Amino acid sequence: MVQQAEKTATKGGRPRIHESADELRHAHYLMVMIRRFEEKAFEMYTRAKIGGYCHLNIGEEAAVVGAVMPMRENDWIISYYREHGHILARGTEPAAVMAELYGRETGVAGGRGGSMHLFDAERRFLGGYGIVGGQMPLAIGTGLSSKYRQTDEVTLCFTADGATNIGSFHESMNMIGLWKLPVVMYLVNNQYGMGMAVARASAITDLWRKADGYGIPSERVDGMDFFAVKRAMEQARERAARGDGPSLVESNTYRYRGHSVADAGRSYRTAEEIQEWRERDPIGQFEKVVLEAGLLSEDDFHENELAADRVVGEAVEFADQSPQPALDTLYEHLYVADS
Amino acid sequence: MPELTYREALREALREEMQRDDRVILMGEEVGSFGGSYKVSQGLVEEFGDRRIIDTPIAEEGIIGAGIGAAMTGLRPVCEIMTINFLLVGIDQLVNNAAKIPYMFNGHARVPLVVRTPSGAGHQLSCQHSQVLEVWCAYVPGMYVVAPGTPADAKGMLKTAIRDDNPILFVENVLLYNESGEVPAGEHLVPLGQAVVRRKGSDVTLVTYSRMVGVTLQAAERLAGDGIDAEVVDLRSLRPLDIETVLGSVRKTNRAAFVEEGWRSYGVGAEIAAQIQELAFDDLDHPVERIAGKEVPLPYATNLEAAATPSVDGIVERVTGMVEGRRPVAASA
Ligand SMILES: Cc1ncc(C[n+]2csc(CCOP(=O)(O)OP(=O)(O)O)c2C)c(N)n1
Ligand SMILES: [Mg+2]
Repeated sequence: MVQQAEKTATKGGRPRIHESADELRHAHYLMVMIRRFEEKAFEMYTRAKIGGYCHLNIGEEAAVVGAVMPMRENDWIISYYREHGHILARGTEPAAVMAELYGRETGVAGGRGGSMHLFDAERRFLGGYGIVGGQMPLAIGTGLSSKYRQTDEVTLCFTADGATNIGSFHESMNMIGLWKLPVVMYLVNNQYGMGMAVARASAITDLWRKADGYGIPSERVDGMDFFAVKRAMEQARERAARGDGPSLVESNTYRYRGHSVADAGRSYRTAEEIQEWRERDPIGQFEKVVLEAGLLSEDDFHENELAADRVVGEAVEFADQSPQPALDTLYEHLYVADS
Repeated sequence: MPELTYREALREALREEMQRDDRVILMGEEVGSFGGSYKVSQGLVEEFGDRRIIDTPIAEEGIIGAGIGAAMTGLRPVCEIMTINFLLVGIDQLVNNAAKIPYMFNGHARVPLVVRTPSGAGHQLSCQHSQVLEVWCAYVPGMYVVAPGTPADAKGMLKTAIRDDNPILFVENVLLYNESGEVPAGEHLVPLGQAVVRRKGSDVTLVTYSRMVGVTLQAAERLAGDGIDAEVVDLRSLRPLDIETVLGSVRKTNRAAFVEEGWRSYGVGAEIAAQIQELAFDDLDHPVERIAGKEVPLPYATNLEAAATPSVDGIVERVTGMVEGRRPVAASA
C-alpha cells in the first residue's frame, strides 16, 4: 500500500530548485558537454575514426545527468552499451572516453572495449555491457556486497525499456526486492528498443509498474525534466542508503537519433513524433527554468558551451594522437598475473 | 543462374518455404517491419503478414521456447536470434529441451525447429558481439548444426533444414551477408551432413566451414603461386558430420589442417583432427594442424582485432610450414 501511495505517474507541479548556482552550472555543463561529445562521436563514426556499434545519448541528457548527479562518490554505477553520457556524467575524462571510442591505448579500457564497454574503477563505474539484460544481475551482487560490508553505498543500475522484457530483469528485480538491497534500478524509457515501440514489445506500457510484482516502490518521471529526474533519484538513493531497500525509477525520454549510428531511426517513427520530443528538449527546458528563476544567465550557458566545445575538441585531438594498443599486449589481462 | 547475396539467398529460401507450407512461421527480434537486424527478412512481413512474421520482445529464452512449443504442436517455426552471442541467453531451451525432447520422450514428440543466427566477428563489434559459439551446440547430440559458406548453400540448406523434422541450429555469418554468388532459382535443396570439395589439390587438405571457406580459398590461390597445391573441403555441417569426404581428401594429400574463425582449444578443428588421426593415421605425413582465432575475447582496437583473427597471410604461412615439414607449436595462453 505504501508503494501505491508513492506512485505518481505524472508529476504535477515542477519540483522546487534547491541546487546552488554552482551545481546548476555544473549540471548544465554536463548536459551540454554530453550532447557535444555525442555529436562529435557521430561525426567521427561517419569518418571511420570510430567503429563497431555506437549508441548515443542525444535527447537523454537530463535523464542521464539527473540520475548520476545525486550519486555519492562511494556509490556504484552499472550500465549498458548506451553509456557514453553515463560515464561522462560521473566525471570520467572525456579524452579517455573518446580515446576508447577510437580504440586507443589511452582509452578507459585500453582500446579493448570500445563504445559499449566503458569502465572507470576509480569512479566506481563498473562498466557498460553489451548483452541486453546482462548488467542487471550484477546489481544484485553489488547490492549484496554493499550490505554485507555494512556500508551505506548504493548501486545505480541503468536499464532500459526493451530490457524489461528479458528474463534477467525479472530475476534481478526479485532478488533485489527479496533481499531489500541498496539498489536503484533506473529505467531509461526512450520509447523504443531498436525499432520496437514499447507497446509492441511489452504487455504493459506503464513499465514502472513491473516493480509491483517484486515489492519494489517505483515511479515514473518526466525524463526530459532534469529536476524531476534528480528529485526522484535523490529520494531513491536516500531510501537505499538508509537501509529501506531498493526502488525503481522510470524516466520517460527519447533518443533523437537512431538506435545506433548505423540506424537512421526514421523507418519506425514519424518526423512529427521526433519533432514533438525535440520541442521538449532537456537542455532547452533546463535553461528556461533556471533563467526564469534568475539562477543562471545566458552568459553562463554560453560559457558552458564554449567550455564543452573546447573539451570535446581536445578529446578528439587526444584520441587522434594516441597510439593503438601495442600488439604484444594481446594476451594481457586475460588472466590475473599477480595473484 | 541468378547472382544473389547470401542475405538474398536466405530470404528466397524463407519466402519459398513460406509460400509452400503455411505451417512455416518466422519469429524473432525485429524480423518484421525492421526487416531483421541483418535485413534477411526484409519485405517478408509485407508479403506474409504479422501472423507469420512475428516480431518478439527481447527475450531469447522465450523465443526459442516458443519455437519448440509451436514445433511440438504442428508448426514449423524458424526462430531468428540476432547474433549467436545472444543465443547464450536462450541456449538452455535449445540444449535442455529441443535436443532432448525426441529422445527423452521415446520418439513420442518431434521438434521441427530451425534456429537461425549469425556467428563470427564483424568489424570492431568487440568481445561480447564477436564470438563463434556454434561448436557449443555441435557438441550436443540431439540437434543438428549446419553452417553454409556460400549463397547457394545458404538457400539450399535453409530449405532443407525447414523441411527436416529435427531441431537445427542454422549458423550464418555476420560478414557473409553481403557476399554474392550464383544461386539456383526455385527448388534447390542441399542435403545436410554433406561436405563438399571447393578446390581440388594434391599437397595438403584444408578443411573449413562458413566464412573461412572464402578466406581459405584465397589462401589456396596464394599458395598455388608458391607451388603448393591445396585442396579445400567445406564441411557445411558440423553435425551430422561428413568425415568421409575429409578422409578421402587426406588419403590423397597426406596432410591436413583445419581453419576456423573461432578459438583453437576444444574447437571444431579439435574434433576433426581427432577423427582424422583415428581413421587415417597411416595416411598422415604431418600432424593435423589447427589454424584458428587467438584465444582471447576479441578486442575492439582494429590492430588487436586483426591480430586475433585468422587471415590469408596466417594460413599461407602455416601451410607453407607444414609442407616444408615444420612442426606446429602449442597454442598461447
Ligand atoms: C540478449 C540480446 N538480445 C538482443 C540484442 C540486440 N540489441 C541491442 S540493443 C537492443 C534494443 C534494446 O532496447 P532498450 O533496452 O530499450 O535500450 P535502448 O537501446 O533503447 O537504450 C537490442 C535488441 C542484444 N544486445 N542482446
Ligand atoms: Mg529503449
